[in-house]
Amino acid sequence: MAKFDENARPFSEKWLDERLGVVTLKKVLSTEYWIPKDINFLWAMGMVLAATFGLLLISGIFLLMYYKPDAALAFDSVNYTIMTEVGYGWLWRHIHGVGASIVFLIIYIHMFTGIYYGSYKKGREMIWISGMLLFVAFSAEAFSGYMLPWGQMSYWAGMVITNLFSGGSLEAYGLVEWIRGDYVPGDAFLTRFFMLHVLLLPLVIIGLIVLHFGTLRLPHVNNQKGEEIDFEEAAELYKAGKKKESKVIPFNPVFLSKDVFVMGVYFILFFYLVFYHFDFAMDPVNFDPADGLKTPPHIYPEWYFLWSYEILRPFNKDLGLIAFGIAQIALFFLPFIDRSPNVAPAHKRGLFNIWFWVLLVDMIVLTILGKLPPEGIYNDLGLVAAIVFLLLGPALFVITKMEKKI
Amino acid sequence: MKEQGRRDFMGMALGGFTALGGLGALYAMKRSWDPLPSVKAAGFTTIDLSAAQENVLNIEKWRGKPIFVLKKSADMKADDRDVVVGSDRFHVSIGLCTHLGCIPAYLPGEKIFRCACHGGEFDASGHEIFGPPPSPLEIPPFKLEGTTIVLGEEGPEFIKMKDAGLIA
Amino acid sequence: MKELKVLAVVVFFSLLVYWGVEPFAHGQMHKHVDSDKFAYSDLPEITKEGDAANGGNLVMGAGACLGCHSIESQGMPAPMDAGTAAASYGVNPPDLSNIGALYDEKFLAELIKNPAHALNVEHKFDPAAGKMHPMVAFYGAGGDIDQEVADMVAYFKSIAPKEISPKEAFDNACGRCHAMRYDKYTQLGDIPEFKYEKDALAYQIKVLEYQDHLKKYMGTLPPDLSMIIRARSAHYLETFVENPQTQLAGTSMPRVGLSKEGYEKVEAYLTEIGDPSKPQREAIGPWVLGFFLIFSILAFLWKKHQWRDLH
Ligand code: HEM
Ligand code: FES
Repeated sequence: MAKFDENARPFSEKWLDERLGVVTLKKVLSTEYWIPKDINFLWAMGMVLAATFGLLLISGIFLLMYYKPDAALAFDSVNYTIMTEVGYGWLWRHIHGVGASIVFLIIYIHMFTGIYYGSYKKGREMIWISGMLLFVAFSAEAFSGYMLPWGQMSYWAGMVITNLFSGGSLEAYGLVEWIRGDYVPGDAFLTRFFMLHVLLLPLVIIGLIVLHFGTLRLPHVNNQKGEEIDFEEAAELYKAGKKKESKVIPFNPVFLSKDVFVMGVYFILFFYLVFYHFDFAMDPVNFDPADGLKTPPHIYPEWYFLWSYEILRPFNKDLGLIAFGIAQIALFFLPFIDRSPNVAPAHKRGLFNIWFWVLLVDMIVLTILGKLPPEGIYNDLGLVAAIVFLLLGPALFVITKMEKKI
Repeated sequence: MKEQGRRDFMGMALGGFTALGGLGALYAMKRSWDPLPSVKAAGFTTIDLSAAQENVLNIEKWRGKPIFVLKKSADMKADDRDVVVGSDRFHVSIGLCTHLGCIPAYLPGEKIFRCACHGGEFDASGHEIFGPPPSPLEIPPFKLEGTTIVLGEEGPEFIKMKDAGLIA
Repeated sequence: MKELKVLAVVVFFSLLVYWGVEPFAHGQMHKHVDSDKFAYSDLPEITKEGDAANGGNLVMGAGACLGCHSIESQGMPAPMDAGTAAASYGVNPPDLSNIGALYDEKFLAELIKNPAHALNVEHKFDPAAGKMHPMVAFYGAGGDIDQEVADMVAYFKSIAPKEISPKEAFDNACGRCHAMRYDKYTQLGDIPEFKYEKDALAYQIKVLEYQDHLKKYMGTLPPDLSMIIRARSAHYLETFVENPQTQLAGTSMPRVGLSKEGYEKVEAYLTEIGDPSKPQREAIGPWVLGFFLIFSILAFLWKKHQWRDLH
């Protein structure tokens, strides 16, 4: 049995520490959570993501109070009740819509940062894997949320994506109908995706964020040179006042102050989009109510799904599905495909540097092609880009196998 | 530690400024819980008084609340809170007990309202006569238009009652 | 500084993606239609000076407009109710009180002489094939037909009110075919308040019957326009209303012939109903952005302070 100081004032720091270990907790999670000094603003993207998730959560709570998950009422509950009647309802919806889109931009920047600096290797594999799980969970969250306004894009995206589960020649239409609870996306489909969007997936995401943060604590975050730092030693230096010589800084308040500044700049952009430039995130086509008898002339997924959607398009149904399946999971294996002994920024890693930029450009090309009408030259380009993407996996294995230790 | 406090002046300025923004956000959240315009617009109910029978309680609905309409018979005491239409007198009130909001029942024999929840009683003019209710049954804003009464709008008769402090 | 270089790379690729999936992709998806700025350049100019008084006589007399239309502002009621009119013509003919202020005058002149041409629905109505437009063309009252038409147009301009509300503009130009449920408006006008459900349902049946006639006439029920302002770009709406065929070849929606001012009124109404938060967005936006600007400056100073003896 631990010792308790009889004289400690209730709720004083000492009192709380004896009961909850707050002092230790504060040290471990904040004031003595050591972060390398040699990092740039890209290392703030994680906190930017956490903040964006916070915005999504808060705005979502307010939307939830007036939204009606019913195929007959959903569209009007969003577009009439929330957008015109509820005080600042439009603000919550715009924040939620823009947040859902921009969160993926930040996720992609965050992922490519990890790839560029090799932050998924040597003890950081679990960070990467938990990050990929977050990516998948966020994708599911975004897709299920996209169903809720029950506009034309909701309906037809629901139709097309659920049809993927028929598995091509497997013709598993029973499975598709099971997922929908109907022959077409209807009321049952809407209400189950509503459940996923507001309950199950957010729970999963919150759990994964905790896991992701947990995976960071022991290996610590990487730094701009990929240098292996002796954190204990560096921390001692810092605590002894030799801040210049030490290679680390505490998370709170030193690293945090930089995070917060980056967040501030990010919020300027974010709210500019919320107030003045939201169409990219809230597709006009989805302001037409769902109509099961009329497909809109152009349907396309939200921009962040386009690259994998494009990998599906140039092939026949079965091959397309297989390629799509590979694309979905390929990135999970990055830490194990990369055989190089080096943790270093790409520009120090020879061929890997070329590989990195090819990957980035290829994914952007796929993304843009994914939105273009599938005709003429775009089809050929799409095929090339998809094949390049599929070849990048084996290529990475070969390149990194040959890479010399630096 | 003292030095630390002075040194982190910037951090505190930032915190204070953030709190300011937080207040703005709280205001928007508060507004999101206000009754919707359509709820407020639906706040009018028109009741035709000409068909009422003496000493029979009619219950109508206004803003989701029950409204008592009771045409008084000649032997019931006149009251300043009565709505007078020609030679007829009506008791019109929100049918929720002023104690804790149950609906009192009308007893035509005794010509009183009795609330089942905690035994409160009101006379036929809505004055509390027994039990815990602290005040008379409340009179909703009304406007007379011939023999119909519009609830939710303040007519001259209502304003007179309000100025005399009679509505609740 | 190195960090700015990294930022430049991130910004470059983000903008590249944005450009590719938004302006570029949408440019490829939708063909570009140039706005005619409501000039109706395909319609002939009015060459004659109109005489409103004579025009009035023609409208009441030889033009026989009142056989189908009302001019409420001049005390001339509709010859039949909306439902009966729709049963006979497919759609309720508009009231003529304010058309002089809403529609282009060239359009009005052509409409009187050759409705199917003015309305750009000749693909649907071909007299040679026995398919007549329900509005009978004016063949002249015996004099110079161009003069007579100019007189009638002058008359309509003379009786048109100076100020027309956005909703009145919508009501006349679009509202006989399109409902606006977020404004409790159907093709029969504002939905009245009913105390009894029976009356409300009876009214709803009247609306449905009207819509059935309309559906037969148009081939499909014209969509409700409550959210159209968010569902289409401003440019699309403008060029579509100006000439529906340019955006949707073969559509049965006629060219409505609004003047530039008339269209601006309609657009204002669509915005008021479909995007009512616009004024609020514009009012609050600068404050929020200003807040985060100051926030960033304070955060920058805090960061500088925290990092001051690290290097
Ligand atoms: C909403 C989702 C996510 C949140 C809230 C989040 C949050 C964070 C935070 C706070 C950090 C530490 C600071 C930093 O380096 O930025 C971090 C690091 C990291 N995250 Fe994420 N992350 C998310 C998604 C992802 C995804 C999708 C991936 C990749 C598949 C990923 C991979 C990584 C990696 C590799 C690091 C370590 C960076 C380094 O050591 O330099 N994260 N994350
Ligand atoms: S609620 Fe009526 S007496 Fe208490």
